[in-house]
Amino acid sequence: MQSLKQQWFGNISGDILSGIVVALALIPEAIAFSIIAGVDPMVGLYASFTIAVLIAFVGGRPGMISAATGAMALVMVPLVRDYGIEYLFAATILTGIIQIIFGLLKIAKLLKFIPNAVMIGFVNSLAILIFMAQVPHFIGISTMTYIFVAITLVLVYTLPRFIKVIPAPLIAIITLTTIALFSGIELRTIGDLGNITNTLPSFMIPDVPFTFETLQIIFPFSLSLAIVGLVESLLTSRIVDDMTGTESNKNQEARGQGIANFVNGFFGGMAGCAMIGQSVINVKSGGRGRLSTLVAGLFLMFLILVLGDLVVRIPMPVLVGIMIMVSVGTFDWSSFKYLVKAPRTDVIVMLTTVAIVVWTHDLSKGVIAGIILSAIFFVVKISTIKIVQQDNRFMIHGQLFFASTDGFINYFKNTVIQSDRIQIDFSNSRIWDDSGVGALVNVEELLKDRGIEVEIIELDLPSKKIIEKLEGMSSTH
Amino acid sequence: MYQHILLASDGSENAVRAAKEAVKIASCTPESIIDVVYVVDFDKTVSDVLHSNSSEALDIERRKKNSKVIQFLNESNVQYKTTILRGKPGQEIVKYANEQQVDLVIIGSRGLNALQEMVLGSVSHKVMKRVNCPALIVK
Repeated sequence: MQSLKQQWFGNISGDILSGIVVALALIPEAIAFSIIAGVDPMVGLYASFTIAVLIAFVGGRPGMISAATGAMALVMVPLVRDYGIEYLFAATILTGIIQIIFGLLKIAKLLKFIPNAVMIGFVNSLAILIFMAQVPHFIGISTMTYIFVAITLVLVYTLPRFIKVIPAPLIAIITLTTIALFSGIELRTIGDLGNITNTLPSFMIPDVPFTFETLQIIFPFSLSLAIVGLVESLLTSRIVDDMTGTESNKNQEARGQGIANFVNGFFGGMAGCAMIGQSVINVKSGGRGRLSTLVAGLFLMFLILVLGDLVVRIPMPVLVGIMIMVSVGTFDWSSFKYLVKAPRTDVIVMLTTVAIVVWTHDLSKGVIAGIILSAIFFVVKISTIKIVQQDNRFMIHGQLFFASTDGFINYFKNTVIQSDRIQIDFSNSRIWDDSGVGALVNVEELLKDRGIEVEIIELDLPSKKIIEKLEGMSSTH
Repeated sequence: MYQHILLASDGSENAVRAAKEAVKIASCTPESIIDVVYVVDFDKTVSDVLHSNSSEALDIERRKKNSKVIQFLNESNVQYKTTILRGKPGQEIVKYANEQQVDLVIIGSRGLNALQEMVLGSVSHKVMKRVNCPALIVK
């Protein structure tokens, strides 16, 4: 891993430039995710500023961008709707505490157990939900709305071919906002959905009763947020690791996410996490170090302080168009190939994850269901034992342990054996535990009763050891 | 003659064809070394990471992708080394070739038609235009 000095100042000009690009790309997303969560755009913008600046110092993956995200916004919707914004701030603080604890418990190791089928389901359901969240803002509002969404989409997909330095969404926002302002076309704007204030975030303690009841309300949300935040952050850090060919400290990242959210809640921000899309933009724009994340946060705040009054004029359809692009970019399009090529069980896990998230609007539920389902499939697969008969030799394929003994015993119970002497071949198997040894003894006795002598062959060393250990203890020997 | 030969490889059949030409040229000079450059494309990393269980699995997957070219070079009697770059393929190959001052760049062409080239962009075309050394495009 690089030295801290290297992480900060190893790539100064690249980091400053990419940080600026990210800040520009971040503004529409931070606003759109605030709208998804049902809060003022300022909440997402403050969160993006606070998280980005803090993560630059406490994160474990230099060059990764963290801010207000769609995945987190989706989880908090019911909390904001039913209890209000103050409970969101409290929940954000608690999310931070849970993530710090997870970080200290070295949760990153556990996240390695999330199968890729679940991860693919995660990004796909996130993409679907971001898209679905846009629908109420453009279906059946006005013809002009449709036209502006369409023009935005054309611009964001064609401009990057010609202009590479400035992010296309920004150009689309500037041109279309100008057109909307001067032509007087009736369009809903961001200002219709919330306020933008030109002030820095300030410290405040959430205005909620400090009771057990409050904790009961926020805890389930905070736990979901903590899980979703860490899953997306650790996935993103793997992507940045791969893009840059460097390593990162995953536990430090988990802890850093916690610290960032903890502080963020006291400064009027919503819980956030790492962003795949923005991190990719950062690395592609030349960002590698911690400085890029810091610049992104600071420049974002600077833009809001200077341009806040103009931001509220941005027409909603333009923002919707940009978010459709974001959702298309988030979706893993190679999933269609995956549906055909991947093992059946993996496909089922992926689709189940997607279905549960789209049903519950909670990514953490999908992840947990996906993990449980794939664990079940794993146990079923590993506990399946196959026996192939070649004359008098019975080849065992698979692991012999407590979950697979039934299949093993039943086979010999139900198979008619003509010979009075057989071999059981363990070259493709291993005995793992007492139950496995018991099953073998059981089968030997069963066959002995039928007048068949059994010879066990090709046992590997660990299997022999476990048999010897148990035979030493048994009373019959 | 050509001492440091850069062979750009994406592991495809075109790359194997290019490797054959590279071997022919390298065989002429005993000091020649073929530098097999494989670029991990930024546009594919998100999907690559998503579809692999670990960075180790991904590493093996990429080695496998390039294995046809490596196998061919193993069978032929030439010196070679491998280099992995990350970024946009065309851009990274050009940057590396110019920085390392290689003597010759060899690259396979996908054989796109005019329309595909406009949409997808031709890596070999880009490389040929921008490297400071002779380039051999293998059809």
